[in-house]
Amino acid sequence: MSEPKVTVCCTVNGQKVEADVVPRMSLADMLREELHLTGTHLGCEHGVCGACTIIVNGAPVRSCLMFGIQAEGAEIRTVEGLADGDTLSPLQRAFWEKHGLQCGFCTPGFLMLATWMLEQPEPVTEERLRHVLSSNLCRCTGYTNIVRAVTAAAKEMGKWAESAAA
Amino acid sequence: MGGIGRSVTRLEDPPLLRGQGRFAADIRFPGELHMRVVRSPIAHGRILEIDTADALDSPGVVAVWTGADVAEIPPIDFRQMRIPGLGDYRQPILAQGMVRYVGEPVAIVIADSPYAAEDAAELVFADIEELDPVMTAVQSPGEFAPGLTTEAGVVRKSYGDLPAAFAAAAHVFELELGVGRHTGVPMETRGAIGYWNADLNRLEMHGASKVPHANRLAIAKMLSLPPEQFHLFEGHVGGGFGIRGEVYPEDVLACLAALRLKRPVKWIEDRKEHLLAANHSRDQLHRLRAAVDANGVVLGIEDEFFVDQGGYVRTHASTVTDLTAGMLPGPYRVPAFAATGHIRLTNKTPAGTYRAPGRYEGTFVRERLMDHVADRLGLDRVEIRRRNLIPAEQIPFRRGLDALGTEVVYDSADFAGLLAKLEAGVDLPALEATLAARRAAGEKVGLGLAYFVEKSGLGPFDDVIITIAATGAVEIVTGAASVGQGVETVMAQVAASVLGVAHTDCTVVHGQTDRIARGMGAFASRVTVMTGAAVTMAAEKLKERLLAKAAQLLQGDRASITLDGCGIPLGELAAACAADDGTPALTAEASFTTDHMTYPYGVHLAVVRVDAETFGMVVERFVVAFDVGRSVNPMLVEGQIHGGAAQGIGGALFEEFIYSEDGQPLSASFADYLMPTLNEVPMVESLVLEDAPSPINPLGVKGAGEGGITAAGAAIASAIENAIQYRINIAQLPVTPARLRSMLQQASGS
Repeated sequence: MSEPKVTVCCTVNGQKVEADVVPRMSLADMLREELHLTGTHLGCEHGVCGACTIIVNGAPVRSCLMFGIQAEGAEIRTVEGLADGDTLSPLQRAFWEKHGLQCGFCTPGFLMLATWMLEQPEPVTEERLRHVLSSNLCRCTGYTNIVRAVTAAAKEMGKWAESAAA
Repeated sequence: MGGIGRSVTRLEDPPLLRGQGRFAADIRFPGELHMRVVRSPIAHGRILEIDTADALDSPGVVAVWTGADVAEIPPIDFRQMRIPGLGDYRQPILAQGMVRYVGEPVAIVIADSPYAAEDAAELVFADIEELDPVMTAVQSPGEFAPGLTTEAGVVRKSYGDLPAAFAAAAHVFELELGVGRHTGVPMETRGAIGYWNADLNRLEMHGASKVPHANRLAIAKMLSLPPEQFHLFEGHVGGGFGIRGEVYPEDVLACLAALRLKRPVKWIEDRKEHLLAANHSRDQLHRLRAAVDANGVVLGIEDEFFVDQGGYVRTHASTVTDLTAGMLPGPYRVPAFAATGHIRLTNKTPAGTYRAPGRYEGTFVRERLMDHVADRLGLDRVEIRRRNLIPAEQIPFRRGLDALGTEVVYDSADFAGLLAKLEAGVDLPALEATLAARRAAGEKVGLGLAYFVEKSGLGPFDDVIITIAATGAVEIVTGAASVGQGVETVMAQVAASVLGVAHTDCTVVHGQTDRIARGMGAFASRVTVMTGAAVTMAAEKLKERLLAKAAQLLQGDRASITLDGCGIPLGELAAACAADDGTPALTAEASFTTDHMTYPYGVHLAVVRVDAETFGMVVERFVVAFDVGRSVNPMLVEGQIHGGAAQGIGGALFEEFIYSEDGQPLSASFADYLMPTLNEVPMVESLVLEDAPSPINPLGVKGAGEGGITAAGAAIASAIENAIQYRINIAQLPVTPARLRSMLQQASGS
């Protein structure tokens, strides 16, 4: 192929990595095809469904809407980095215990989005949870058990706050 | 121990939570090529020429094929419910001379990267002479091809004396009711990887789902391969909902390309393609006449309906039309009934099944009728239903109809009992009083409910092979499939219940055609019923063998020995049995067969608030009462209900494939095809009952996969009318703000 490639250096889940990519390759494709991290899923490739959500430099992003070359020097976190060896993160465990996933395709995106939310300084209320998580689509769970899972994790992590009375 | 009735966590989840799933796009073979489909930009037209020269010159391109290159491959045949006359309407894998919908495959490009394939596909130019498209199934049939009209078939079902019913009627009501075009839209798009396995001298398709065994026979026949030389492999599947896993043109093309080129050929659909090319569903218009007596009892229903089939008749043939007609009377006595369903071709994406096919539509129609009768006769909307329900003493109830080739017999039910439990469960009088008070204070908020009868557990058979290794590990091999619903966990729980082992000691192999000779797959809420029964039977056989062996080894009394009390590890007993058999491990096979489906049922209740200025609608509460006979895993049953309910809300308020007059699809992205987010879905409440276990399978279970969606459209429409105090009749889904506004303006103008 005649397309020139660019070497991208970044950190993924704490490890320095390099990938040679064509400039038009999306970050999601770079993770999946060049770095073989296929846990990040592509559900729409136009930034709506959120299945490809990852954390880049501390912010949740749609990796289908970023180019790989834009990740030069970035700190990237994907679903593969959530567990500590055999130990699932509290959020992963809550998804398991509360049946927060069925087919599991949207799950990595929800996990990354909620992981980001739970790391923010502000407490998680029901309103904030609904507001933040409504940016991703799930077709199996009807969201009910996703809400239960994230709520349980927030409580376990001391991040939950009851909503102010209306 | 994780047996039946326990809400254990799923065996499936750890790899999915860690990003270690193996979905279609995650599968890669060395030296793989990538396929891109060139699709028709025209809804209806005659192909004059397809210029592939520039595409062939594009970097990385290996092949470009048009209809002429695959002309010897027959069209895709029907999987179920074929009726005479439909055969001429089947879809070729690449357009042969005509295009019939925007998105129809007209050519494929195969290249060494997906980017290269997509670049080259844009260089394929199809010169198409445009013809007038047919964009509605209601107008008189036109010409599909010389000598063929656009009416591919008509399904008729009836029972009882309809003329007598109308003669005896105090009231006759006529209604026209429609459900919009929407569909399953799983989060994983489709994908297929054709792989020529030179070592085994066979073709393989990876990324299979739903019905691998049926698809094996279908695709092998199309490619003139003996079935022994073709196998399908199911990995993780990102949602099914009826549409995923049928044989589509792209599956056959990927396999054909791998066979011809002897290289792996990978096809992964993008979302726009999915919305243009995977099966659509629903889109029916019903014209209904009902004979009703002075007390609101429905004496007879005559229904003529039109199914917008789209450009071709696909694998489901007459399935949706058949189910619509066969299930329409639902839980009510309705002594006389006649339905005529017209399967009409149009120039839209072809249609197939979507979760609760025919029942979402038929339930909307029937329950709208009930509301209409109640309103006209000044009766309460719950009372009208109570008066018409089939009484418990008439169960089992022969409906007088057939569906999916089986006689419809409600095997067990207490329809009035479930309604009463729901009323008590939500404290209906108090809830209605609260809503009335809110309305009095100026809010537009209301409540609706709708009854449904589902069907599940379609036969005719399911086979299971269970093996117990010397380690005590239990392996269950089934021809069922998993589309993400928890098959592995549920089958492990069923086996664990019989064998007295932990469900975590059981592994379940599904969707692999080289592991079991035949299989029915996963559709029609069939797996827990059919596969569950077969697992029970095979496990019982093993248990008998193991107990006999334990009695022999202990020189004890067979009747007083139990597996967990005998003191001999399961694996040791199994190994001793295997030694007797001269086999490497103890194995038992079982087949469960049935001629009948089993019928779960329930009620949906919705509370909906309408914004007086924007006409936006908010579902504040959604409650599903659902009798599933027996829950193997209550947590998973509730999960099915939650997911179905959210999809039902989508079809009621948001999701619709809209077309321009010239056949251009206007809902080809997630920005235009609106699926509910967490913002639109309340915490779904479920009341799962086990009052009516099925007498026709060993576990007493009924399928729980579809009852979460079935009555959602009907209940939400009812709630909206209640919210605005019956100034309009909601006759069409989805109820969008624009439609509601226009209805209210017309109502206040008249």
